[in-house]
Amino acid sequence: MTALLRTERVSKAYGGVQALNDCSIEVERGSIAGLIGPNGSGKTTLFNMITGYGRVDSGDVYLNEAKITSLTPDKVFALGIGRTFQLTRVFSRLTVMENMIVAAHRKERAGQTGRFRSPFARAGGAATRQRAKELLEFTGIAKLAGDRAETLSYGQRKLLELAYVLIADPEIILLDEPAGGVNPTLIGTIAERIRELNRQGTTFLIVEHNMEFVMGLCDRVTVLDYGNAVVSGPPAMIRNDRRVLDAYLGTAEDDDDSSAA
Amino acid sequence: METFLRAITDGVLEGGVYGLMAVGLTLIFGVLDLINIAQGIMVILGAYLSYLLWTHLHIDVFVGLLITIPAMFILGVVIQYLFIRPLRGRERTSMSLLACYAVAIIIEGILYQAFGSNYLSMNTYWTSPQATVKVFGYYLPYIYLLGFALAVVFVVAIYFMLYRTQFGRSVRATMQDHTAARLVGIDVNRVAALTFGIGVGVTAAGGMVFGELNAFNPNTGYDLISRLLAIVILGGMGSIGGALGAAVLVITLASLVDVYWNPEWSTVVFYGALVLVLVFRPQGLFGRKEARAQ
Amino acid sequence: MRSLTLWRGAGLAVLLAVVALVPLAGNIVLTQVGVLVLMYVGAAVAWNIFSGFTGYISLGAAVFFGVGVYTVALITKHLNLVGGAVFALYPLGGLAAAAVAVPFGLIALRVRRHTFVVVTIAVFFIFQLMAYNFSWTGGASGLIPPYLNWDQATVYNPFYYTALLIAVASAVLAWAIWGSRFGLQLRAIRDDEDRARGLGVRTMRVKLTAFVISGFITGMLGGLYFYFQSDALPQYAFNPFFDLTIALMAFLGGFGTLAGPIFGALLLEPYLGWAQQQVTNTYAAQIVLGALFLIVIIFLPRGILPTAAEKLTAFRAIRQRRAAGRATGPPPGLPVGAAAAGSSPEPTTRSAS
Repeated sequence: MTALLRTERVSKAYGGVQALNDCSIEVERGSIAGLIGPNGSGKTTLFNMITGYGRVDSGDVYLNEAKITSLTPDKVFALGIGRTFQLTRVFSRLTVMENMIVAAHRKERAGQTGRFRSPFARAGGAATRQRAKELLEFTGIAKLAGDRAETLSYGQRKLLELAYVLIADPEIILLDEPAGGVNPTLIGTIAERIRELNRQGTTFLIVEHNMEFVMGLCDRVTVLDYGNAVVSGPPAMIRNDRRVLDAYLGTAEDDDDSSAA
Repeated sequence: METFLRAITDGVLEGGVYGLMAVGLTLIFGVLDLINIAQGIMVILGAYLSYLLWTHLHIDVFVGLLITIPAMFILGVVIQYLFIRPLRGRERTSMSLLACYAVAIIIEGILYQAFGSNYLSMNTYWTSPQATVKVFGYYLPYIYLLGFALAVVFVVAIYFMLYRTQFGRSVRATMQDHTAARLVGIDVNRVAALTFGIGVGVTAAGGMVFGELNAFNPNTGYDLISRLLAIVILGGMGSIGGALGAAVLVITLASLVDVYWNPEWSTVVFYGALVLVLVFRPQGLFGRKEARAQ
Repeated sequence: MRSLTLWRGAGLAVLLAVVALVPLAGNIVLTQVGVLVLMYVGAAVAWNIFSGFTGYISLGAAVFFGVGVYTVALITKHLNLVGGAVFALYPLGGLAAAAVAVPFGLIALRVRRHTFVVVTIAVFFIFQLMAYNFSWTGGASGLIPPYLNWDQATVYNPFYYTALLIAVASAVLAWAIWGSRFGLQLRAIRDDEDRARGLGVRTMRVKLTAFVISGFITGMLGGLYFYFQSDALPQYAFNPFFDLTIALMAFLGGFGTLAGPIFGALLLEPYLGWAQQQVTNTYAAQIVLGALFLIVIIFLPRGILPTAAEKLTAFRAIRQRRAAGRATGPPPGLPVGAAAAGSSPEPTTRSAS
């Protein structure tokens, strides 16, 4: 089975720091894949490389076996890869609904080629608004549709980010710490939503520190350490693998940094 | 050949002085994320102060720096404290810039009220015909050399401050990340105020030399700030070495245009160069490649 | 809500009627000031369409204004036009400014916001210098329009109505942009340009369009100014205070809002125009302008209208809470489901499946 998304020996250094070192991962179509690793192991950097927020030093990224290395973020987005950010990035002064409309912009434009669109057309056609409403209900923040995004709580913003990533109907969604800083009830909701979407066919690649979340949700987990993929496999296997414990706990020192089970 | 050498010498020496003023601007930008549009008029203010001390108190302009530099430093700190620090909110950087613009026109207005619009020249020893040395077959006024030396002294002092003192370390830390600096206990507000003061303080020196070399009136501030801005962009925002290098380069170029073509066009050449650089290298000649168009 | 829109509409209509009737009062000074006020309304709205919506502060509006002034001046001179024919040239002033805006924008909009402001300043100085130094612009003595031998009592009226037309058209345009897809993209760029680009918004194209529109309007106003003021001088056509003044008006009224620049201009220009007449030298006026600006941005950073709106909302909320507190039940504002449980503002787990 060919992977939907894969990276091949990607390396990236920032100044003197080697963030990614020959990193190769694979995500199979229709799966929920997890990406874990101690702080500084390169997880967010890998996301950045995949989605075009930065250029790789060496290596390649493939989507459906087509090379997408070094494409700009908007092109990556257009190819069907959606992405959320660790520190939520929403358009603060726009309302929740307007955020959704901006995210749907590309899809709208694609669906309307050939027809003349007045630049003064009301933002967001009826179809878009309907879909936006559905997605907002799906994530549970529909009642906030008219509120400015800056008034949302952190958890609500995470849901908004999820919703507007979805409106473009991506094939695969990269989630950067979806459960970070969110209360336990909400984490459960988010996991449910992800499962639901996965059932409908969306592939996921999730970066997380919350082990319970990852182990409970993902089909396959890859562990990064010092910018390199150390081991990859089903949660049960990962949980007991020596190399994972080493990565989190360190080999010789007494490092209390562990967030592993 | 003589003319050429003369143009180059004048350009390099004067460029050093512009470099000093540009360094002040860059420093303020690096720490406060702010482009001090008032820098131009500050230089002119420095010139007027030196002029006052000379004509009314007969204090030699170089000695007068002992008064004008601290005075301008304090002015800078006060301005930052009163008009820049209180600004909050998302549009903070834009508003700070506009605040500087407002301060600039206030100072310009005050200078007009106090001195009128006549051009002034400083008739000091340094502008007299005796104060020259023969070099490359023409008479080079001492002031060019001394001004350049002054600029070198100050830039070295700034480098020393930045890289060898505790305070300088806090400045560099603040330049990199305000939040991180606060987390390690640096009083960012104090650093900002003091840096602004330094940035303005050096204009006292630059202003004195500028006043010696050129006739000026309050309106000259515009020309000055445009040149300084062009220099800073060319050199790359936030790069001190870049500001210096660009200053010397550009002023020398302008000097050549002055001599070989037409003085009125030298400023246009300035901007032409600026525009060209921006088209091909938006981060300036020496700047780091910042994230574009934030 | 319907009644509020009706009230607003009625209010606007009344305002418009009053403004339109001013010249009929016959007071020539009033009309003259009125022209300036309306010009600034148009200019502030135009500036806001670009700077307010995208958040890129531009100090180059004076470039467009000056280009408009000189374009109309030059055409008038070369075609020896007189009288009303000159009014037909204003759109050409706008077009010339728009033509300048394209390369201007293509260069300036590639850099980050800080550098952008500086570039606009630099371009401004280039243009001012060119106006001074080129012979065909008349150099420092500028260009003079043909003499207007219209009835002195109503000579300013055509200018007034033209300015009114431009001001109203700009305001309507700004309003149309605000609610449109184009406007939404502009505002998204202001909030998070990289994210917008990542989502496929063609940021350069969008920014440039707004920039050109802004330039067009300002250029037309420049053309109007030439005939109105009866001269084209470098220091007035390319006037550094112009930029600060319209920025001040926009900030005073409410940066980035629709009504803000209009309100700011209506409030400020009459005063500035009067002050200019009162003080024989412009220096005191300049000090006041700067001081005013500082006061506004320090004490009223959001501008008058948004601050007033906020206070009003807060006031209403307090009143509502008091009224509700008298009856039994939870205060309004908490989510419905939480009222019973009195829980945190986090969304409760709603099973959407």
